Amino acid sequence: MLVELGHYALILALLLAAAQAFFGLAGPALQRERWLAAVPSAACGQFVFVALAVGVLVHAFVTNDFSVRYVAENSNSALPLFYRVTALWGAHEGSMLLWILVLTLWTMALVARSRYLPPAFAARALGVLGVISFCFLLFTLATSNPFARLIPAAPDGNDLNPLLQDPAFAVHPPILYMGYVGFSVSFALACAAMIEGRRDQLWAHWMRPWTVMAWAFLACGIALGSWWAYYELGWGGFWFWDPVENASFMPWLIGTALIHSLAVTDKRGLFKSWTLLLAVTAFSLSLIGTFLVRSGVLVSVHSFAADPSRGIFILILLVVMIGGALGLYAWRAPLMKSAAGFDFISRESFLLFNNILLTIAAAVVFGGTLAPMIADTLGLGTLSVGPPYFNPSFLVPILPMLSLVALGMHARWRRGGLGEARRPVLLALGAALIMGLALSLGVYAHPLTLTPIGATVGLWIILAALIDPIQRLRRRQRLPASVAGMSIAHIGLGVFVLGITFVQSNTIERDIALKPGQSAQLGAYQFRYEGGQDIEGPNYEGFRGKVTITRNGAPVSVLYPEKRRYLVQGTVQTTAAIAPGLNRDLLAALGEDVGAGAWSLRLQYRPLIRCVWIGALIMAIGGVTAVIGRRQRGLAPQDERLALNAGAARLHGEGGAR
Amino acid sequence: MTPRRRRLLWVLGIVAGVGIAGALALRAFQQNVMFYFDPSRIAAGEVKPGQRFRLGGMVEQGSVSRTPGSLEVRFVVTDFKHQVAVRYDNVLPDLFREGAGVVAHGRLDASGTFVADEVLAKHDEKYMPPEVARSLQAGKSAAAAPSGEAR
Repeated sequence: MLVELGHYALILALLLAAAQAFFGLAGPALQRERWLAAVPSAACGQFVFVALAVGVLVHAFVTNDFSVRYVAENSNSALPLFYRVTALWGAHEGSMLLWILVLTLWTMALVARSRYLPPAFAARALGVLGVISFCFLLFTLATSNPFARLIPAAPDGNDLNPLLQDPAFAVHPPILYMGYVGFSVSFALACAAMIEGRRDQLWAHWMRPWTVMAWAFLACGIALGSWWAYYELGWGGFWFWDPVENASFMPWLIGTALIHSLAVTDKRGLFKSWTLLLAVTAFSLSLIGTFLVRSGVLVSVHSFAADPSRGIFILILLVVMIGGALGLYAWRAPLMKSAAGFDFISRESFLLFNNILLTIAAAVVFGGTLAPMIADTLGLGTLSVGPPYFNPSFLVPILPMLSLVALGMHARWRRGGLGEARRPVLLALGAALIMGLALSLGVYAHPLTLTPIGATVGLWIILAALIDPIQRLRRRQRLPASVAGMSIAHIGLGVFVLGITFVQSNTIERDIALKPGQSAQLGAYQFRYEGGQDIEGPNYEGFRGKVTITRNGAPVSVLYPEKRRYLVQGTVQTTAAIAPGLNRDLLAALGEDVGAGAWSLRLQYRPLIRCVWIGALIMAIGGVTAVIGRRQRGLAPQDERLALNAGAARLHGEGGAR
Repeated sequence: MTPRRRRLLWVLGIVAGVGIAGALALRAFQQNVMFYFDPSRIAAGEVKPGQRFRLGGMVEQGSVSRTPGSLEVRFVVTDFKHQVAVRYDNVLPDLFREGAGVVAHGRLDASGTFVADEVLAKHDEKYMPPEVARSLQAGKSAAAAPSGEAR
């Protein structure tokens, strides 16, 4: 009964989404004030019903209701309670529900902040979000209903995929979706600006915090996923250029470009149409990503078993939404002309380079990701594209981009040159060069050609990002949140670059068969296999090995890698053991019993790998810092006046309540 | 410099940059793209000597053998029509097993043995890479047709 109520709540949410879309878009067009007022209520109602549906499904999981097909397929009564809750997004149907829940959360956030926007503009943006929500609710109800019953009920469930039985699974999908779906707000604001044909650049000011927040969530989500794959898959890799990884990485790259081009549009009124195009592209890539993951057209670790009707439905959805937005763009973009100019060496030109290079990088990833699909469709054979393509091709645009970051941060707006920042920036370059060479030749021997370059660029970015805060502190000036946020984010980028550089050039991996008592040498570290024993867990059985690691005879760590066999599905899983450290990770994973008392082992030494994830996290913290600081500052006087003028009636109405 | 000429320079610079990046990416693409072959297509001699490619099919029942105490493992990949012997020297993935689908990256050696440098058996046991599924389907129907055996 409860399950049917959940299904019913989802249908009501669909109807409310339709109302939100209709009143939001038709209200301003026909100038019906009362229709405008209905938009936030519809949005709130939709959120309530979606949340109710999610609650019902969680309840079904917690109470082991195996008369629900989705629960029976993805849970088991032996599964710990924690994973019974997270199993909600363990497969296709539930993840769509999560996608919609996240969309309604972002919608609620926009409703809460909409008093700072002109009412008609806010209504249009909410209307666009309503259209998106309607499409996804329709898709879920029509092709992937999580509330479908299983008659007769299964005696017990099929269990959650063992790979997903991990604490990281509780946070990775929701945070990733917060990022993915967050770009829908930028998209909606861009569409609203285009529908209104706004000639000013205020929309850019409004769009900035939303974009930065979505971007920060996406950075965290991708980093979490990478970290999870690293320890869970037991292979030691942290990035595979897997289609689904690429699907989340492309919107992030375009989102990064969008943040930087928004800065120019907000501050100088330039690049308006380009910024709008980026906002549309970022969300379109999120949608394409959803399509790639859900339709099963691409082979990937992430793709769920595919149902062709779903793929076609998403494809239609994609064409309608992206096509509609691009049509709107073609119609309105000519309005968005900007007259101002800028010098060849100015902040604007560096941000333009940043945008061009990031877009090329995204295009490189896009091409590589879709090539197998295109070749297959055209009958050119079944091919696959892997790291040998992605690694060098991605570096071509990204290395120049990174080399320009330090200069771009300090270039002046409009006028040429670096101004007074010239000396410290060049000093920073000198220091970075010396430190980079020392690191790559001295501390980490056997460098590749790119190692010193990567190290120097990473250090240069970090040092250059510190110049502004240090100067302001020395002059006892206030450090605005926007400057602090930018500096933090760029420091994160530098840390990330350092991490990638050294983990790519100095990793040591060995697959080796060892008998108890035998050992293997990786760099300065000695891995000794001590033997192992059989183990038994709540829903698995397995074998646990013991590996002691010493460095020049001094003990470093003891690792207990495991091999587990999950009883319900009979799946075998490697659980790698990792000795983490800021400067290096040591990893041991069990392969299999190779006979003669020996086990095959995978042993790895990875320097600075933590910097990759910490760097991404620092970038996200930088973004959030800038947004939160801005909130405290409130609206700039100019915006307040405009918002007041446009929304006079509305603010008037609220006056009494305050 | 007039604004017009400056703009022209900008556009030319950007076009050149995009062009170079595109050319480099395309080159990397051509050199590093990997084609997929199943045992039947290998038997037909479609693979160029020394070419690195993806081999897909099913691990034949009872074909896996190891050299005790070492990593070296040998098995046979089949599409029910033709077979290819495979040698591999690293740790096998968890989902590798006899009678299951597999994809391996590597090259053929002089004796026609496929020397794999990477073996993939991703995802859960229900999942079969689409290209492998297609090969197996084609192999099955071809094997079934002459004998008239109903499957």
